[in-house]
Amino acid sequence: MQDSVKPNGITPSQTVGPFFKYGLTPNGEYAWNDAFTSSTLTPDVSGDRIRIEGRVFDGDGVVVPDVMLEIWQADAQGRFADPQDKRALPNASFRGFARCGTDKDGNYSFDTIKPGVVPDPDGKPQAPHIVLAVFGRGMLRHLYTRIYFSDEAGNAADPVLALVPADRRATLTAVREAGKPLYRLDLHLQGDNETVFFDV
Amino acid sequence: MTFIYPTDSNKAHPLPLSPEYKSSIKRAPNKPLIPMRHTLSELTGPVYGHETVRQGDNDLTTQHAGEPIGERIIVHGHVRDEDGRGVPNSLVEIWQANACGRYVHVRDQHPAPLDPNFTGAGRTVSDADGYYRFVTIKPGAYPWGNHHNAWRPAHIHLSVFGRSFVTRLVTQMYFPADPLFPFDPIFNSVPDEKARARMVSSFDLENTQPEWALCYRFDIVLRGKNATPMENH
Repeated sequence: MQDSVKPNGITPSQTVGPFFKYGLTPNGEYAWNDAFTSSTLTPDVSGDRIRIEGRVFDGDGVVVPDVMLEIWQADAQGRFADPQDKRALPNASFRGFARCGTDKDGNYSFDTIKPGVVPDPDGKPQAPHIVLAVFGRGMLRHLYTRIYFSDEAGNAADPVLALVPADRRATLTAVREAGKPLYRLDLHLQGDNETVFFDV
Repeated sequence: MTFIYPTDSNKAHPLPLSPEYKSSIKRAPNKPLIPMRHTLSELTGPVYGHETVRQGDNDLTTQHAGEPIGERIIVHGHVRDEDGRGVPNSLVEIWQANACGRYVHVRDQHPAPLDPNFTGAGRTVSDADGYYRFVTIKPGAYPWGNHHNAWRPAHIHLSVFGRSFVTRLVTQMYFPADPLFPFDPIFNSVPDEKARARMVSSFDLENTQPEWALCYRFDIVLRGKNATPMENH
């Protein structure tokens, strides 16, 4: 029943609106099973377990309680759980995807592992990073950004960070708390500390 | 080997700042987005098998003890890329208001009844041809505080993954000939009329089930891959 007509173009994006929680992030508060949680951790996953926490703010500096964040990342060996990545995947059940809604105070958190090094299109190493999509009421299309890590020497040579003005790179860098496997990164949708978002 | 996705396709999307939609004013970035080349991180994407979806998750009318109130409908179509290829094994998640225009959400205080037999969420995975199907209830229009006498056209929210992180899409499916279209800043945030029309489902008489449910077709089109694959290592 599939026709072979080439469509005229893509389906445009629309906001998730304010009422996505039941369907997308029920998290035990609604009687609908979670497709995803805020953890990527699986029993067989190798690497350093970390937690990333932060808050989300709007252009007035007010916390945003109704955004949804999604992360996608490589495993500790820099491999993606995607058949397009033809390299061997040592962590068989690791998916590298997680989803989190902000709470009433704008807080989010992810439990995951520190990703490894992924090559850029020229084969050069990228610093460890996690890609992040931000969906929310008032956001007609999700925003795309990256999370880097403050304790990675490779940040200085990362080809994507190099595209970002030096004084804005901190908006992409999760800061490690001393002695803990915990990183903090706040997101600012707008304003003086606006997070860098990428056009992909 | 992966494929790059042309960025021209993104012109169909709304601009982040659409002042008529008031919530966008303080949530749209002021600074320009920074263009970047796609790397493996963008070109790969989550692939979901059927383990995410339970049997019956695509029928929103049978999730509770009784029959929901409202107009039973079938919503079906294909997930394709813009080159016309079906996207198989793509997770499609939906959420929506009930027939009275009320969401199951603590912040929806619209004084319309909640339906104990309808909570408004479903999911399914597209088949080998990219085909997907839901059974649900036609959602009602509902008021919102954006402007005087603002009502959202009836719509179903859809979330789709595709093959790469850059094909990730959240959209809204509308119903044909809704009189609220000219007044809705979210629908009209899509500048191009033809692109707007792609968010409107079509009435599908052929697949209506007699004595049981009307049917609407909604094809979801994701970004298409460039013909030239990119080698990676």
